[in-house]
Amino acid sequence: AMEDVSAKFVSQKISRARWRPPPPAALQPPDVFATGSWDNEDNRISLWSAGDLGNVGLNGEYHGEPHLLCDIQHNGDVMDMQFLDQERIVVASSTGTVTIFRHHQNNQTLSANHRWEKAHHHVDQDTSCGRAACTGVVCNNPEIVTVGEDGRINLFRADQKDAVRTIDNADSSTLHAVTFLRTTEILTVNSIGQLKIWDLRQQRNEPSQIFSLAGDRVPLHCVDRHPNQQHIVATGGQDGMLSIWDIRQGTMPVSLLNAHEAEMWEVHFHPSNPDHLFTCSEDGSLWHWDASTNVSEKPSFLHQGGRTTTYLSHSTINQSVVSAWLSNDPTKDRMEITNLIPNQTLSVNSLDVLGSCLVYGTDAEAIYVNRQLFA
Amino acid sequence: PPQVVPGADPSARQLCFEWGPAEVLVCETRFGRRDPGPDPIPSQSWTLTGCVADTVGTAPGSSRVFVVRRDQDIYIQTLRKLFNESHGIFMGLQRSEEELAGKSRKAQLVQVSKNYRSVIRACMEDMHQAAVSTRDPALQGQYSTQVSILSAMELIWNLCEILFVEAAAAGPLLLRLLDWVRLHVCDVDSMVREVLSSESPSKHKLFWNVVDVFVLQGRMDEARHLLSKEATANPTSMNMYKILDDLMKKMPMPSLANTQTLTELELKWQHWHEECQRFLQDGTFASNPHMESICKILLGDEDAILEKKELMTTWYHFLVTRLLYSHPTVKPMELRFYVQSSMDMFLGGESSPEPLDMILMAAFEFEMHQVIKECSIVLSNWWFVAHLTDLLDHCKLLQSHNLYFGSNMREFLLLEYASGLFSHHSLWQLGVDYFDHCPEYGRVYLELHIERIPLSTEQKALKVLRICEQRQMHEQVRSICKIMAMKALRNNRLGSALSWSIRAKDAAFATLISDRFLKDYCERGCFSDLDLIDNLGPSMLLSDRLTFLGKYREFHRLYGEKRFPEAARLLLTLMTAHIAPCSFWMTLLTDALPLLEQKEIIFSAEQTYELMRCLEDLTAGNVDKQKLQEDDVETTKVEMLRLALARNLARVIVKEGTVEGS
Repeated sequence: AMEDVSAKFVSQKISRARWRPPPPAALQPPDVFATGSWDNEDNRISLWSAGDLGNVGLNGEYHGEPHLLCDIQHNGDVMDMQFLDQERIVVASSTGTVTIFRHHQNNQTLSANHRWEKAHHHVDQDTSCGRAACTGVVCNNPEIVTVGEDGRINLFRADQKDAVRTIDNADSSTLHAVTFLRTTEILTVNSIGQLKIWDLRQQRNEPSQIFSLAGDRVPLHCVDRHPNQQHIVATGGQDGMLSIWDIRQGTMPVSLLNAHEAEMWEVHFHPSNPDHLFTCSEDGSLWHWDASTNVSEKPSFLHQGGRTTTYLSHSTINQSVVSAWLSNDPTKDRMEITNLIPNQTLSVNSLDVLGSCLVYGTDAEAIYVNRQLFA
Repeated sequence: PPQVVPGADPSARQLCFEWGPAEVLVCETRFGRRDPGPDPIPSQSWTLTGCVADTVGTAPGSSRVFVVRRDQDIYIQTLRKLFNESHGIFMGLQRSEEELAGKSRKAQLVQVSKNYRSVIRACMEDMHQAAVSTRDPALQGQYSTQVSILSAMELIWNLCEILFVEAAAAGPLLLRLLDWVRLHVCDVDSMVREVLSSESPSKHKLFWNVVDVFVLQGRMDEARHLLSKEATANPTSMNMYKILDDLMKKMPMPSLANTQTLTELELKWQHWHEECQRFLQDGTFASNPHMESICKILLGDEDAILEKKELMTTWYHFLVTRLLYSHPTVKPMELRFYVQSSMDMFLGGESSPEPLDMILMAAFEFEMHQVIKECSIVLSNWWFVAHLTDLLDHCKLLQSHNLYFGSNMREFLLLEYASGLFSHHSLWQLGVDYFDHCPEYGRVYLELHIERIPLSTEQKALKVLRICEQRQMHEQVRSICKIMAMKALRNNRLGSALSWSIRAKDAAFATLISDRFLKDYCERGCFSDLDLIDNLGPSMLLSDRLTFLGKYREFHRLYGEKRFPEAARLLLTLMTAHIAPCSFWMTLLTDALPLLEQKEIIFSAEQTYELMRCLEDLTAGNVDKQKLQEDDVETTKVEMLRLALARNLARVIVKEGTVEGS
């Protein structure tokens, strides 16, 4: 319910929000997250405590808004951000620079740990118009892969000064996002509606596979891979459409699902509960897609009052064998979709899910934490 | 008060102005030096925030340009919370439009008003925290000033809420005003706390002050509770306490629930008043000046109330106390009869009213426009007047008022506020929604402002583009895409450039980019950006040249795959269907050469004739034959082609003749 959401206005437009990964075998819910801002004269990376856990209200809801642990100035817009490990965050900047920040937990400070200047740049790299934004970063400690407006792919190692590998002109259009498919393979999406697989072991500077949207080449803005079934990939496009791809077969998406009314900025499978998927958009909405719902067994409740719940036709042939995301028999099952933010007007630029906790940040300069996602 | 632009001295240099949206340029000019004119900036709340350096160095005679911005509060970091949160409330109010009628509509509007106030209060709290936690005295001063401005804004808003939004009727009106006074007169709170937390409050030297505060604010229960402590300590005057306590208990108060009529209340009150009068006249309280003065206050004795000036701190507290004890059933329209006199009596000619006093007075007199006007002049932001006016407009209180310029006051103020937001490097996104709700000029303002947003990254450009597309601002969509496409082109990112022009459906620009691709091909002999050209899809149809590019690349692919007959057919179609630009025909014909030279015959007789016609068209069409002949390479090419075509024709005639003959 909405009451479980705590909000804080932070006087900066938030472009990224990320939970700090929990220590191995930790049982407690996530408590710390990082945010990055954009479009400010002075942009910042900030670390927040999600709110006082001990402070449980009468109805079991959590009180206490997120509070700032520490922050540090960041040069340029924060375009993307990911935790490398418990202490280090990799940040992609609109200046083309990639920076690793370290969080010193003993004295609650942040410092720049390592920096790759101009990791992304255009031909004329010494002028200001030669700058190319780094649009996406993905980490698999110690490896870091970045993509940018310059169509370049960089492979860094956290402990090495120079790039391990650079593919110049990997893409003739803008690369918008990147994620790991397997340890040696990455997925990228670009501004002409293509999803590409790159095998970093191969020396060839060509993608090993190209997938493409049919019809209008609508730009793709985000990509995520199913945490358990690696052949299932979700992407979000400029038209707000959610595409599900099976990279084992064909060159086109398995299903196209009508979603947001404007750019889908991020898509995330729930890391431990991958029948659930979350998307956020420029139209100011954040959707929870639940493919686990089996309508034939459960009566459908249409929630009223603010929340919009829709059922989309979707089905499962056999959940244990075929993922709910790939089935396409509309008669059997349906997907439940809930908009978690009614009446929001400005863009939700970023979201992150971990356990039962959701964090998201908006252009209305607010961060929100929802601790009871599945309540 | 007029504000001086530091460094701009009209006595030393002639100044000129250029008005822009939310900004004014002040330039020094050498044109016709005259006597110093009046102060350059006639309006308040203008501040110099930037100064563009002189154009010709610092040499004498050089002139400077000053950028003068209004709405300085837009730049205060802590207030961004106010702008963002109130944006949500504003949007909610616009959406709520007319759903409900009558009472529930009013309740809704009051709730909106309260939401606005709670945002102001939250900001005030943050600002207060900031003031407390900073060690920099200058910063501390700034924060404290902001706290008092916010506090004044909330005070005014709250009064407007009572008088205009809720439009409280006689009876409840006074209760609301009492709440208002209790909420905002906080100077005495610490004294009250100190006395109440002392070991024996009745022994405290400020004890009677606190009792007076309670009485002046109409907090009867609290006053009686305190008095009872004193009474138990003074058994001798028990009776006197009892009588006063009884009077305070019996005081008739208006109720929010409609349980009694005004006449009933007035009757009860009259009766009670007479009872108080009796006790005062028979000297019941003569032995205790404190209690006697309280009794006088209960009777509405203005001198007795005024004696407690320090405990009220403001004239409007005095006004409300005076009304409470002399005219509790005051009607909204009767307030005006008490306001001026209360202020005069309270200030007593010792000090003159300040702007805040004038604003509150205008509100009490129901001069809504005066309130808005004074606030516009005094406050250093447009936030307050824009949002308050919008709310009052939704209460249908401002409809009769039209300005002789622009549209109406609501729109005028919203436009000013939103323009201020647009001058901010980050808050511009909020401004969009405000312009959307200005029916007359919002669109034009948005068009003018949106073009001035710097497009630093593609991501930002996409956001700006989305705003324009949603509002069918085709002109702006084209211009943004063109800017981005140009940038990409400059950076040799042909793929990106093309996707921007596809988004704007800009055929001319797509042609330009296609020509760049073709030029690159002619120079290097191979295509760049194959991933793009091979996947053009339906966007290929955007421009003829793009179609040609796609098809030409397809020819190369077919040729590479050794699918010669298909390749040949496509090549020919490119010319005969006039898909290829004439300037490219020679290249295409040259591409035909290796096909003509293949062992196998690829072009049929008919196709060969067509190729020949293409070649002749090309050479005949070239008016400047002289030049063609001078160009040895071209001549050789044409000769080679003619030869190859003739040979192919000979071979194909033989072949076709044999096949058909057999």
